[in-house]
Amino acid sequence: MMDAIVREQFPILHQHINGHPLIYLDSAATSQKPQRVIEAVKRYYELDNANVHRGVHTLGSRATDAYEGAREKLARFIGAGSAHEIVFTRGTTTAINLVAFGYARHVLQEGDEIVITPMEHHSNLIPWQQVAKATGAVLKYIPLQDDGSISLQDVEEAVTDRTKIVAMVYVSNLLGVINPINEVAKIAHKHGAKLLVDGAQSTPHMKIDVQELDCDFYALSGHKMCGPTGIGALYGKKELLEAMQPIEFGGEMIDHVDLYDSTWKDAPWRFEGGTPIIAGAVGLGEAIDFLTEIGMDRIAEHDKRLTDYAVNRLLEIDDVAIYGPLRDRTGLVTFNLADVHPHDIATVLDAEGVAIRAGHHCCQPLTRWLGVTATARASFYLYNTEADIDRLVASILKAKEYFGHVIG
Amino acid sequence: MSLDDLYRRVIMDHYKTPRNKGKFEDDGSVSIDLNNPTCGDRISLQLQFQDGVVAGAKFEGEGCSISLASASMMTDAIKGKTFVEAIRMADDFSSLMKGEAAEFEYEDIEALSGVSKFPARIKCATLAWNALRKGIEHS
Repeated sequence: MMDAIVREQFPILHQHINGHPLIYLDSAATSQKPQRVIEAVKRYYELDNANVHRGVHTLGSRATDAYEGAREKLARFIGAGSAHEIVFTRGTTTAINLVAFGYARHVLQEGDEIVITPMEHHSNLIPWQQVAKATGAVLKYIPLQDDGSISLQDVEEAVTDRTKIVAMVYVSNLLGVINPINEVAKIAHKHGAKLLVDGAQSTPHMKIDVQELDCDFYALSGHKMCGPTGIGALYGKKELLEAMQPIEFGGEMIDHVDLYDSTWKDAPWRFEGGTPIIAGAVGLGEAIDFLTEIGMDRIAEHDKRLTDYAVNRLLEIDDVAIYGPLRDRTGLVTFNLADVHPHDIATVLDAEGVAIRAGHHCCQPLTRWLGVTATARASFYLYNTEADIDRLVASILKAKEYFGHVIG
Repeated sequence: MSLDDLYRRVIMDHYKTPRNKGKFEDDGSVSIDLNNPTCGDRISLQLQFQDGVVAGAKFEGEGCSISLASASMMTDAIKGKTFVEAIRMADDFSSLMKGEAAEFEYEDIEALSGVSKFPARIKCATLAWNALRKGIEHS
């Protein structure tokens, strides 16, 4: 059990919304930030701010050390072999686009296959649609089981010798399902394909070791793991990053510049054109320290227990449908309440101070696969408690009563 | 802000029994499909025009109570209106969503005034009106 001290460290949670104490259940969209992350960003601007990799002056060195220090922290945090395998990006979307257009665009040929699943967030779907169109590659889908999970037998059938890329989410932002990445990596590698993992939802909730997973690329967002918005990262195996082409050109990423041609820096810096998100990286580094001190195993256990508790409590309510497997999931519960539209549920909950997400959660194909147009989602993190879920349940009962009366 | 300001009885009545729901049989009408990409709401609006007048309107769609009730009211309110009158009504509706006072001959619409106090829901209420604007532009 997380103690109240963890929650105390998140200043934003100590406020009232519409006359009720705020219950924040939208961490899958973005997590809240502990005071020390906010302070780290502030301190950076107050004391160390300068541009990186160029200033001879003291502040320039401090800013560079802070930025590169954050890269090292992140490398350790996700088990990368070296900090040189970490490219800072704006977030998961930018990281996946970098692989799609810096790597896949150059290796895919007509008739080659990109294998994904229908549960992908748009960020791990649209780049592949675009790169398939540009190269003549074929986009193939691993079908979903009835509960929204995938079977390894289907992965075996989908991946062939023509498959060059397998791209898959680790934890679904809509179903909460945890995909068997390790086994998928084995199947992909058996056919010489590379595996990209969308780690936007997994990195905040469980211990990640990219070498153990044996994925080739791993994309993540800082803002979902207590860090600032605007910073994320791509992990790539060293030899793959070295083979990858930059997709943004300009300052910072160059080695030698002539009038008509130029050469690039080594990876990862060749992928970080322009002044990087230095304060964001500093904040992310602090968030990593914060999460590490608490312990990712402890956070994983906490989030899993809260998820199980929420599933059980929601199942007690008549007319509530839960999407995704009831077990082997983490971090969130997606649901609908009979014919009440999720927007209407979310508005009633907001009036009670409970913040949830309603809509298609950037998963339009998956939402259609579920046979609905929208869903409501409550997502949890280390600062949430079972009492928060009790408040959620009480508010859903209120919504049910409210619309039961009005709709009749 | 009370929920009852948002979910007025007349709104829930339009939601429960939407007016003009369905499709015209003939193909002389203008069709507009509009999505709300952030939330998944969808409207398919059909407009029949005759001599610069909106002769008829029908809609199909998926969405929350606010978006469907608004579509129901809009399709009722614009019947028999000239293009200029219909666009003026759409402008008045935009004012209503900004919290400004606006009067409607079709009074049910005024029940949506409470939406202006729920900023996240304004796009639900305006979807049908945006489809109307598009349809008139296309005519």
